[in-house]
Amino acid sequence: MNSIKFLYAAYIATWLIHGFYLSSLVRRYNRLRQQKKELGE
Amino acid sequence: MKRAFPILAILTALLLAYAFHEAIWVAPMERTMGDVQRIFYYHVPSAWTAFLLFFVNLIASVTYLIRRNAKADAIAVVSAEVGVVFCTVVLVTGPIWARPVWGIWWTWDIRLTTTLVLWLIYVSYLVLRRFSDSSQTPKLAAVLAIFGALDVPLVYFSIWFFRTQHPQPVIGGGGSIDPRMLHVLLLNWLAFSCFALLVCWGRYRLELLERAVEEAQSLESLVGDNRLGVKRPGERSIPLKTKLPLDKNPSRTGTQ
Repeated sequence: MNSIKFLYAAYIATWLIHGFYLSSLVRRYNRLRQQKKELGE
Repeated sequence: MKRAFPILAILTALLLAYAFHEAIWVAPMERTMGDVQRIFYYHVPSAWTAFLLFFVNLIASVTYLIRRNAKADAIAVVSAEVGVVFCTVVLVTGPIWARPVWGIWWTWDIRLTTTLVLWLIYVSYLVLRRFSDSSQTPKLAAVLAIFGALDVPLVYFSIWFFRTQHPQPVIGGGGSIDPRMLHVLLLNWLAFSCFALLVCWGRYRLELLERAVEEAQSLESLVGDNRLGVKRPGERSIPLKTKLPLDKNPSRTGTQ
């Protein structure tokens, strides 16, 4: 049983999920800052 | 507070790196499963963190229903969203562990099924928050959150009361664990809890910003209507001195 591949897969999947979520937060933050800037002009 | 965020971010990154090192290289190898058992150091802390966040969501939802407090509502949204992310990690890492150990990716076992139902309830909560514009949405979402929270003890205690393929709990409930493994497990839980706190903090600030922008946009549209002279019968004019919450340029207001 080559279980090490599954171990790597689980750890990589965990950080891919967190990374995807964090990048979506950054995109939302940048969009809101842009909207805020436009409202302030 | 602005300085505390990067400091906490650095400390959390260091703690996560240390916990990863302990999980991969320091924790003893389990005899029957081998290295694949180390998935447990990400799977279990993610589940505990998700449960904790859903509990915070429950408290915030009840507070909102009692006091109609906007901050409690914001905390409820944030904790549910971050909780769903951690629950997703649980649902992804579980089958990756099950494939080499059980020989199957998934089975409709009570623990697995109730966890999937929990995830679906909170995803529906977020869909409701995202796509409903009604003023009743926070109230409806708070009620849904209370029903969702009822599934959390069912998930946790399912392996105590039902025959299941899922391993027994490592703390209480008849399971046992090597003290060195327990140390690494608790260390990873601490690291993931700090990470969840950090993400919630950032997401909370984002939620407040989102609400402020929405409020400013609705005010701007009302002021815009006023400038164009659009007035419904019986409607009072909006004073032009109305200042937008995000308007940094005071010279702009009251100039027409």
